[in-house]
Amino acid sequence: MYDMKALYEASSVEEAIALRIEHPEAQIIAGGSDVLVQMREGKRAGKELISIYMIDDLRGVSLDEEENLRIGSLTSFSHITRDPLIQKYCNVLGEAVDQVGSPQIRNIGTIGGNTCNGVTSADSASTLHAYEAIVELTGKNGVRRLPIKDFYIKAGLVDIKPDEIQTAILIPKASYENTFGHYIKYGMRNAMEIATLGCSVNVRLSADKKKIERCRIAYGVAGPVPMRCPSAEAVANGAVPTKELAEQFARTVIDDINPRDSWRASKAFRQHIAVEMAKRAFTRAVELAGGEMA
Amino acid sequence: MSKVGRSEIRVDAFDKASGRTKYYEDRVPADALYVRIKHAEIAHGFVKSVDKSAAEAIPGVVKVLDCFDVPDLPFPTAGHPWSMDPGHQDIADRHLLNQHVRYWGDDVAVVIAENEVAAHQGVRALKVEYESLPFVLDVQKAMEDGAPQLHEAFPNNILKHTGMKKGDYSSAIKEPGLICIDKWYDTPTVQHCHIENHGCFAWQEDDRLVVVSSTQIPHIIRRVVGQALGRPWGDIEIVKPYIGGGFGNKQDALYEPLCAWCSTQVGGRCVRLDCSREETFVSNRVRHAIRFHIVSWLRKDGTIAARKVECFSNQGAYASHGHSIVAKAMGSFPQHYPCENMECDAYTVFTNRPAAGAMRGYGMPQASFADESNIEDCAKALGMDSYEFRKKNVMPKGFHDAFSGNTNYYDSFRECMTKGAAFIDYERKKKEYANDTGDIRRGIGMATFWYNTAVYPISLETSSNRMLLNLDGTVTFQCGETEIGQGADTAYAQMVAEAVGLKSYRDVHVKSCQDTDITPTGLGAYASRQTYVAGFSIRQTADLLREKILNYANEVTRQAVANMDIVDGNIIRKGDGSVLMSLSELAMTAQYNPVHSEHITAESTYTIRNNAYSFGCTFAEVEVDIPMCKVTLKNIVNVHDCGNLINPALAEAQVHGGMSMAIGYGLSEQLIFDEKTGKPLNGNLLDYKLSTFMDHPHLEAEFVENPEPTSPFGTKALGEPPACSGAPAIRNAILDATGVAIDRNPINPHVLYAEFSKAGLIHDDWKEAK
Repeated sequence: MYDMKALYEASSVEEAIALRIEHPEAQIIAGGSDVLVQMREGKRAGKELISIYMIDDLRGVSLDEEENLRIGSLTSFSHITRDPLIQKYCNVLGEAVDQVGSPQIRNIGTIGGNTCNGVTSADSASTLHAYEAIVELTGKNGVRRLPIKDFYIKAGLVDIKPDEIQTAILIPKASYENTFGHYIKYGMRNAMEIATLGCSVNVRLSADKKKIERCRIAYGVAGPVPMRCPSAEAVANGAVPTKELAEQFARTVIDDINPRDSWRASKAFRQHIAVEMAKRAFTRAVELAGGEMA
Repeated sequence: MSKVGRSEIRVDAFDKASGRTKYYEDRVPADALYVRIKHAEIAHGFVKSVDKSAAEAIPGVVKVLDCFDVPDLPFPTAGHPWSMDPGHQDIADRHLLNQHVRYWGDDVAVVIAENEVAAHQGVRALKVEYESLPFVLDVQKAMEDGAPQLHEAFPNNILKHTGMKKGDYSSAIKEPGLICIDKWYDTPTVQHCHIENHGCFAWQEDDRLVVVSSTQIPHIIRRVVGQALGRPWGDIEIVKPYIGGGFGNKQDALYEPLCAWCSTQVGGRCVRLDCSREETFVSNRVRHAIRFHIVSWLRKDGTIAARKVECFSNQGAYASHGHSIVAKAMGSFPQHYPCENMECDAYTVFTNRPAAGAMRGYGMPQASFADESNIEDCAKALGMDSYEFRKKNVMPKGFHDAFSGNTNYYDSFRECMTKGAAFIDYERKKKEYANDTGDIRRGIGMATFWYNTAVYPISLETSSNRMLLNLDGTVTFQCGETEIGQGADTAYAQMVAEAVGLKSYRDVHVKSCQDTDITPTGLGAYASRQTYVAGFSIRQTADLLREKILNYANEVTRQAVANMDIVDGNIIRKGDGSVLMSLSELAMTAQYNPVHSEHITAESTYTIRNNAYSFGCTFAEVEVDIPMCKVTLKNIVNVHDCGNLINPALAEAQVHGGMSMAIGYGLSEQLIFDEKTGKPLNGNLLDYKLSTFMDHPHLEAEFVENPEPTSPFGTKALGEPPACSGAPAIRNAILDATGVAIDRNPINPHVLYAEFSKAGLIHDDWKEAK
């Protein structure tokens, strides 16, 4: 039995917006795999909830007119993993969200909830950052789009206005085209796990596969919000993929990341595995792109 | 055909698979009140006051009670048989709610409410004022002079210290040429993580108290509830329905006394008390963290000249099972690797951690980790293969222990080792993996253990049961040993069918739900005793029932009792094997005979004054990713000699479960505490790293079936043994793979990072660049 004051159910985006305005204190709930856990812990006990879970329009993956990949915010992790468009254009995202919790959580949990929760450990977050995803929010004055790095304000806080809900996540064509990525989740066990560190790397190689045109890397849990590593990316961009480059690229992430000491893991340990994960994810991404590490 | 030794389907399989089985929560009356506990938010101190007003004002809150309201009747909680010797009785150091807070999570108040939400709100609204005291979490620190004291009666927090000596240790170590291995080994605080959390509900009826509880020990709980409430034991009725596991946590009075008392405070209304998972981690029981100091003196020929073992057991805040656990751990050493000169000491020490109680293995997973790590280290120091070193030194055939009366009738250790080595291809892989040098290295390790089957002669071993011949020729069976998910009822059904002479184990109806008003008195599920001890009384009661059946059959058939037998549900004449009548015909005739009516039933108690060694080993194969500080368990096998198997499929399942627990113990599980506040940090199933299916390879269970001579069914312990040797086998495999001996478990990535850094296997060169 949950200690909730009231539950309002929206069946359309318009209804959800109206409910948001009517009940400014209410918490939005989608799949509930984060909100209900917090409510049970007492953190959100006694709150009103606005459920958007019934809004089927927010489900599914498609290509928009500009061939950007559009993921409805209520699309579940398991649907993302099995979606043919995801598999074709951004397979790494499907692989990343396939590492969330358990099969049951992956069936109920949504990518919108995963990002709106605002936590650095979200399995989708590092890949979405590495692909420079665009977050679509819909409010009473229409649609607002902002880069995912601006969506995350600080730990546990994202940029959603009081009359808005998140309606989609977009991966621009320029971002996924000819691009191959790999995600490594570091956990203390192989399932039912929250990331100790998550690392997502993607590369686009030159036509002859000899040179790295673009390399992007992002981490979860390397700081209070998911983050890119501009120094490391600068090392790889335009370079020839070699084992030495992989080492140098990996060592450079230390300049960019800022993991903290906590009882879950020490800063030194997180830094150590961050370097190793960068090297491995980079190497694998180059392989997936058809390149060879000289 | 024999009814035992067959992989029959569990008697409760259909009900459990279809969701029909009734656990305690399925039986709670709809109008029961909810009890929620306010747990202390300091590790040590005194409650000065509890402000109940805000909680009492919440709609739905019926009553708020605190530590100043409870009777001053200290009671013990351990699920041990009552001892007639006051010196051997468990320590009574508990109150229903506590003014003296001894750990973060101690029980200080309760809210009783009409519904769950109001109960939660009430607990959150309570304002407790504390006087905080310094606390201590570490055993060695708790023993120091001036350390915070938990219980007045135990100076330096030492609950008990015992020792044992053999030969002359101090002279023996002077022998020239000895190699000395002097090391410390640390084991963690872990929790049982049974599927069903503990809970219970209670009400008053006829001025008596009825408690339905998820417990392993209904008859013992009856006594403890009586003690805690100051009521005659006959006033208490405990009902144990099906339960979803216990692993020893429920071999303790948990919240039955508090729940029963709460009912008495609301006019006898039914109240329910359900533990959340978070409460289960912190405010039930945990496994003792035991620290060992082992000094082994070795001769170059691979024999052990002398050994000293010191064991320091972290009891946590309350005595619970107390010294029994570390005493058992210590007692394993002189018998496991017998040597002429030994000195052992064991200390049980109170600290401000959650109370430690019984947990699957009862001291042996800890002892096994330390002993088998040390034995591995000894072999390495001698340059011997540890498999050969163990074969040379482990308990020999014919070994006899005067105290328990146990004899090693077979060469079980070596038989188990041979079988395990063959399965895992030990010799070949050991050689092959020695060549691994890169980032990823493979290794193979092993460990052995022995386990006592029951608690004789330390405590009473008794078993009672009742058999009732039904009119259809089936038998209804009740006993005091408890089904807790392990499959005991199925083993009983098979043994009863065998002993009485029924056609099938399906002709035995085991009353799984136990009621202390009805079920013959017994001690419950613990010590891996059930199949062994129940075997004695099943054989005895079956003989009584058979005698009654055959005596009656003699009246009907006019055949001499000695000439008849009961086979496959029929009474037969031995001479020609002819069927005289079925058991059903006999039961109907006996019941409805207008001249001599008889309800055929038998009941008896057997006092078991034997015990039996159970043996086994684990072989584990790992792949270690050194830069990632990760261990992948590739292959694992347990081999057990637990005597004859009553049900091989269930025995295998029992072993799989224990292996899973051992994997978590070895690699990931540990309850951790904030050094600054004493607060448990990871008491939930996300942060406490219980291993999952995805962390397990195939679990191989094999058996050596040497019949146990003392048992009527040739059987002995299997419940706890599978949890004993897995962790050290994994530890030894990691040592084999990397050359790094890690002397604490769990061997998780944090530990590997520290140890690999120390050993120079990993090197963060970017650190220098900074």
